[in-house]
Formats: sequence, structure tokens, C-alpha cells
Amino acid sequence: MVKTAVTLSGVQLENPVIPASGTFGFGYEFAQWYDINCLGAISVKGTTREPRFGNPAPRIAETAGGMLNAVGLQNPGIDKVVEEELPRLREIYHKPILANISGFSMDEFVECCAKADASPLTDIIEVNVSCPNVHHGGMSFGTDPNMVFNVTRSVKEVCKKPVYVKLSPNVTDIVSIAKACEEGGADGLSLINTLMGMRLDIKKRKPILANLTGGLSGPAVFPVAVRMIWQVYEAVKLPIIGMGGVQTAEDVIEMMLAGATAVQVGAANLVNPYACKEIIDTLPAVMEQLGIHDITEIIGGAH
Amino acid sequence: MKRGLFTVENNVGIAPGTYRMVLSGDTSDITGPGQFVNIALEGKFLRRPISVCDCEEGRLTIIYKVVGKGTDQMSRLPVGARLDILTGLGNGYDLEKSGDRPLLIGGGAGVPPMFLLAKKLLDQGKTPSVILGFNTAEERFQEEEFRALGMDVTVATADGSYGVKGFVTDAMPEGGYTHIYTCGPEPMLKAVYNKSVTSGQFSFEERMGCGFGACMGCTCKTKYGNKRICREGPVLEKEEIIW
Repeated sequence: MVKTAVTLSGVQLENPVIPASGTFGFGYEFAQWYDINCLGAISVKGTTREPRFGNPAPRIAETAGGMLNAVGLQNPGIDKVVEEELPRLREIYHKPILANISGFSMDEFVECCAKADASPLTDIIEVNVSCPNVHHGGMSFGTDPNMVFNVTRSVKEVCKKPVYVKLSPNVTDIVSIAKACEEGGADGLSLINTLMGMRLDIKKRKPILANLTGGLSGPAVFPVAVRMIWQVYEAVKLPIIGMGGVQTAEDVIEMMLAGATAVQVGAANLVNPYACKEIIDTLPAVMEQLGIHDITEIIGGAH
Repeated sequence: MKRGLFTVENNVGIAPGTYRMVLSGDTSDITGPGQFVNIALEGKFLRRPISVCDCEEGRLTIIYKVVGKGTDQMSRLPVGARLDILTGLGNGYDLEKSGDRPLLIGGGAGVPPMFLLAKKLLDQGKTPSVILGFNTAEERFQEEEFRALGMDVTVATADGSYGVKGFVTDAMPEGGYTHIYTCGPEPMLKAVYNKSVTSGQFSFEERMGCGFGACMGCTCKTKYGNKRICREGPVLEKEEIIW
């Protein structure tokens, strides 16, 4: 029997596989496909202070090896998430929950994180300073080390639970951003969010997405994610939740070798509703094949 | 909702750029007309959502138009090819609201879902009639199949090369029907909405990520709040639609 359990800042996961925020709703859609209690944890849909409709349609465009999305943080608002969505998820799911918080101002980040932290149903607060699909918020907080430092420090002041800052790959130097999170007191890091991209309709001669640009996800971004996890692992001491194009148990192991303690699976859920379950089911056999007895042994093992 | 492997039994062109594919597999989760399936294709990241045209135990029929590389790839699939398909997606049409004489209106790629709907309404002893809209006579499909059901069929072509000249709304009666069921391009839906004198159900199309309610890629606004076209749709009630 191989050991698949990992620990994120004291939060125990039976395995390192977590569906990524924005690809798993609040879990119940997937409970119709399989028992979601097999998951290591769930990162729920990105939440803001006010309910948001998000961007106009079209919000989705396909590309080789992945997709662009410009959903724009559609969510019911933090109060409804805490009072309705999380309790509804808890009825069917008993493993750790990562609340994913985004915002358009420092106040909003602080207020939402405090509310998420106060909920008895959350285990980790994942602070999304990297949404590329909203304007004057989201990613604009995550591309400047000073802003990242300020958000992290302010959020840490109101949170008792571990705070993981979710980083954008749309920066020149992700290491300086990661260091700013560490200095701000973050307990861990999630990386990477989507890469900003664009597709055009060559018949209409116009952008496909109503938002013009969107976030690229899927296997196309996997090597970018592995590279950034590698760099960040070398530079900071914080635990890393790795993500970006993960599709298989082998991808999970590769990302952990680069330095991730746990791994999120995003776009793969959208094309195969069983993606996380299949990765979890195949992980032990792949570990055995590779001579891995305890998965925690391989974290950063390629350095 | 179910994921299953289907086998292509038949895949033939029925009009320029339009194909009918018959698949065998587990259809048990397809609960009604107006639902869609989501088809995985080799080398394509996202699935292709296609409406259900007909479904009998273990036998699924879809009619699709070649609009890009994915559907072009589909059109080349040989008999015996295996496809990974998610079935039972979307709400589908509500048959309870039809009344005795419902009017079905399908335009272009919106024609196929009308077929299973017509069969189910006939099974329930209703007297549906259908208006099919195409651009030209050459682009027509499924007309004979509708006629074979023994129902009243009117065809409209935009260029007047067959049937009523004009759009489906030019073939629409002023009244005498009990409910509208429709599917087609959005401008057509809106024209039908404006001309219709009864309640109705309108099936919408949108670019989708997952097709089963996870990604929020296809959300629209309605008078009853935000709805995902893939989950609470694709069929919306006339009274809730915001254009």
C-alpha cells in the first residue's frame, strides 16, 4: 500500500488531488457523476463581496491543447456562499474545502476573506489575486509585488486559517511576487492561474470572446506551470499547490517533483467529469510503478 | 447525465454540409426531446454539443452541420468508429404545457430537436404541426421524416425556392395553436417570440465549456435570474426570456 496523504499547513488531505476553483462550481454538479468524497479537497468557485453575473457571452473559446475562458468571476457573493452554497456542499461532502476569494479593492479582499475564514466549513483561504478576466481588480492585484504584499498582510490580519495566495503567470518575474507573499505572511501559494490569451474569428474578423481576452488553461499550459513551480520552490519556503494543465496521475507526480505539495486539476474536469476521480484511482499504481512509497517523499524531489 | 462509448452505425450527408449520424450505445439518461449530447473528438480539447434528433432504446440519431474543424472531423467518421459521449444534458422541452395543438418551429440546425419532440407529442395523442425553415430548397432535410409521422408540415425557404417564400414567421399562422416549441438561430427565435400569441418554449444555443453546469461558460440572464444554457436550459420559457 502506497501512501498518498499530504498536509497543507496542518490541513490533512487523503490525496494531493484538488479540483481547481472555477472548474468545479460548488461541487454538487460533480456529485451527480461520482462520490466527491474521494477528493483530497475542493477549491470552490471564486467569490467576491457582491453577486456577479460575470462577462457577456461568448465566454469560451477553444484552442489547440486547451481553452480560453472569460467567465469573469460569476458568483453569488460571499454571504450566499457562506450561508447557502457551503452548507449545501457539506451535506454531501466531508473533506477539506478551500474558499477562493477575489476582489476589486483591498477592503473587499479583507471583508470576504474574514467572512470565509469565519465559516466553520472552510479549511484554507485561497486568495485569488490573479483573475485575468475582470477589470480594475483580480489580476491587477497580483502583478505588482507591493500590492501582493499589502493584500497578503491585510488578509492575514483577519484570518485564523491558512492563507494561500493564488498567483498569476502573467508577470515578468513570478519569484518576486512569490517572495512578496512570503514577506506578507502567506501560509502557502497556489500557482498558476490562467495565462491571458486571445482568439479571433477569421471569418468575422473579430475576437471570439466578448471580453476580447480570456485565460488559457488545459494541457498547453502544463510546462509553464511546472517551470514556475520549480522557480518558486527554489526561492521561497512556503508549501505550493501546483496547477495548470494537469490531466493524469503522471502529471501530478511531475508537478510534485517540481515542488508542489498538492495539485489542482482544472480544465480537465470540464471535458471529462471523472478527471479527478480517474487521477486519484490511478495514482497508487503509477506510484508503485515509479517506486514511490510515500508521495510526500517526492515533493521538490527533482531539485 | 451519463458518459458512454457509442458506436457510429451510420453517418451520411443529407444536404450540403449537413449530416445525419446514427449511434448505438447506452441512451438511458436521455430523458426527453430538446436535450443534447456532448461529443469528445480525437485531438480536440472541448467536446461538441449536438442536439438529440431522435432516440429509441440504445439508438441515438443526431443531425449536425459542418461549421468548423470539429464537425468536419465528425463528418468523416466511418461506420464502427467509437465516440465518448456525455448524454442526458440540458432540461429539454416540457411536454405538459403543449395543449392539444402545439406548433413546432425549427430553423436550420434548430430542426433536428423538433423531430423527437413531435414523436413524443404524437405519442401523447396531441396534434402537433411543424414549420421548418431553411435558406434554400437544396438545404432542406428531415421534411419527409416529419411527413411520415402523419403530421402537418410547412416548409419555408428564405429564397423562395421551395414552399413558403420567406422566414418561418412568414409561414406562422395568426393563431389556432395552443403552445409554441421552437429552436433555431437567435434572430429567428426573437421573430417567433414577437409573432407568437401563446405561451412557448425556446431553445437557445451558446458556446459551452463543459455542457453540464460546471464552468459557467454559457450563463444568460432571464427574468427568473441567471441560467446556464447547458443546465437550466437550453430551453427557456417564453415569459422569462430577456432579449
